[in-house]
Amino acid sequence: MTTATTTTAEPRAEELAPVATDTLAALLVAGERPPRPSAWAASAAFGWRAVLKIKHVPEQLFDVTAFPIMMVLMYTYLFGGALAGSTGEYLQFLLPGILVMNVVMITMYTGVAVNTDIQKGVFDRFRTLPIWRPAPMVGYLLGDMLRYVLASIVMVTLGLIMGFRPAGGAVGVLAGVVLLVAFSFAFSWIWTMFGLMLRSEKSVMGVSMMVIFPLTFLSNIFVDPRTMPGWLQAFVNNSPVTHLSSGVRGLMAGDWPAAEIAWSLGWAGALVLVFGTATMRLYNRK
Amino acid sequence: MKQSGTGLAIETSGLVKVFGETRAVDGVDLAVPAGTVYGVLGPNGAGKTTTVRMLATLLRPDGGEARVFGHDVLREADTVRGRVSLTGQYASVDEDLTGLENLLLLGRLLGHGKRAARERAGELLEAFGLTAAATRQVKNYSGGMRRRLDIAASILNTPDLLFLDEPTTGLDPRSRNQVWDIVRAVVAQGTTVLLTTQYLDEADQLAARIAVIDHGKVIAEGTKGELKASVGAGAVHLRLRDAAQRPAAEKVLTRAMNARIQPDHDPLALTARVDATDGNGHSAAEQAARALAELARSGVVVDTFSLGQPSLDEVFLALTDRTADGAGPATATPGPAATPAIPGGDAPDGQDGTDVQEGKDGQDGQDHTKEGIPA
Repeated sequence: MTTATTTTAEPRAEELAPVATDTLAALLVAGERPPRPSAWAASAAFGWRAVLKIKHVPEQLFDVTAFPIMMVLMYTYLFGGALAGSTGEYLQFLLPGILVMNVVMITMYTGVAVNTDIQKGVFDRFRTLPIWRPAPMVGYLLGDMLRYVLASIVMVTLGLIMGFRPAGGAVGVLAGVVLLVAFSFAFSWIWTMFGLMLRSEKSVMGVSMMVIFPLTFLSNIFVDPRTMPGWLQAFVNNSPVTHLSSGVRGLMAGDWPAAEIAWSLGWAGALVLVFGTATMRLYNRK
Repeated sequence: MKQSGTGLAIETSGLVKVFGETRAVDGVDLAVPAGTVYGVLGPNGAGKTTTVRMLATLLRPDGGEARVFGHDVLREADTVRGRVSLTGQYASVDEDLTGLENLLLLGRLLGHGKRAARERAGELLEAFGLTAAATRQVKNYSGGMRRRLDIAASILNTPDLLFLDEPTTGLDPRSRNQVWDIVRAVVAQGTTVLLTTQYLDEADQLAARIAVIDHGKVIAEGTKGELKASVGAGAVHLRLRDAAQRPAAEKVLTRAMNARIQPDHDPLALTARVDATDGNGHSAAEQAARALAELARSGVVVDTFSLGQPSLDEVFLALTDRTADGAGPATATPGPAATPAIPGGDAPDGQDGTDVQEGKDGQDGQDHTKEGIPA
């Protein structure tokens, strides 16, 4: 990166650097073909690509740092007094939930990234490589998992500063984050599907909003579902986001909410099965 | 070692791809011998890229068959992918990564270990003169550098078959020559190259055999010599001193060598197509000698007179013109666009600014880059 500023001004001059055809010939002969990489190795390579992109354009981490901070502050001080009597009280209830909401929300950037990336010529190359087919998609999600972890760290740290005192301690918090990141990995396959299905970045964004807002707000993240009308309770109580936030909340509180964890992971498995398959079908047909 | 039983790198029969109403590829038959450069030539939108994408397993054919080294591109796609590399029309490298990172990523994806990938990447960057730019993001590369990196990525593992889809479109002449050198080096090592291009001189320079594609169909195929011969032995070009003598000159040429006069925008230039031999077995050169003598006798003053094999340009224009009209043999008189004899090269641009016209002299690449951006 340090050379970028000094050399960009004169690409013309560099154009003159000759192609060493002799060396080239030797390289062509010498090149032997190693065995194909394993599914994991190929996915990891694409994950590395995602990390490199973050390295080159660190501004894109805005949505996993500034945005979550804003959300925590807003909801805590806006609703805290009204809903739980005090902001400190409300934070104990809200933080695991808002963590879930934020991370599930930022999964949707995956769709936009896939949609813009797939249009580029480099994807033609990836698709002509003899590798495990889902590797490029899995690579994206591996890179995104890093973003989910970062967002979690930012929000938990902020919560601790504001007075969040989870009974589960470090282990409970860690377990909650692991469950959340695992679920989000599975959930992201919805976006990879839309990223491949829809024609433009804008339509991906639009559809994502349509899905994500009802799904995250119609849950037990902000309030107890018992205050809701019966028909809404039926939806909310069965929403995967509700199961997930109950699971994360329980783990952070030092409990072992086995049923909620099972529901969350069950949903995760189903999401991968349905949307992972749909994604790969679209990917192969693209 | 790289050849299959048939000695053919690519074999297609009746290959079809339909996009909505358009039959982008409409029954293409190709037989590409292994170990050579095979040129696929055609104007923009002829179906070249679509054909390549089907062969490279990126698009599913809607009809027909395609085999790469004997492997079906649909049923044995993975085997095919193991033997081919693609350098697409739009740089198939990651713009956001540096040149080095691009090659490292690809090395890993091709199964190299960390150290081997680094080694190979370094060697390739060196050979392609990109070492100084290795740690810069590709988006800051010039067109020529991007192309080089693209090709370097394609030969990271030496492929048996390399697809080069319009590799020099938009490059300046120097970069284009360098790409040609690379292609020659690659094919010299036994790799088969399928090259699509709309530049006739490029096909002329590199390709052993050429298929001319237009409107999704192969309209001619053969060696350069065969293609040239198919439109007649060649053309006589002459320049008159006095435009007033043009009708007389045309009459002499038509009589003496059965020449077919082509319309011309320059009143002094005269171009006529001739056959290899006339009805009495006289060669084109003999006919030309006779025509020259007759011109002198009838008092037509000629400044220059030449007889040449038709250029690929003329072949191309004659062929594509024919399909556009949907009539006439290959020797049909092409339209005004096929008049390479115009001095100074100030071709009648805008006169009939078709794809064909652009393909003929659009070396600047400006006109070509805007077309065909994938939807």
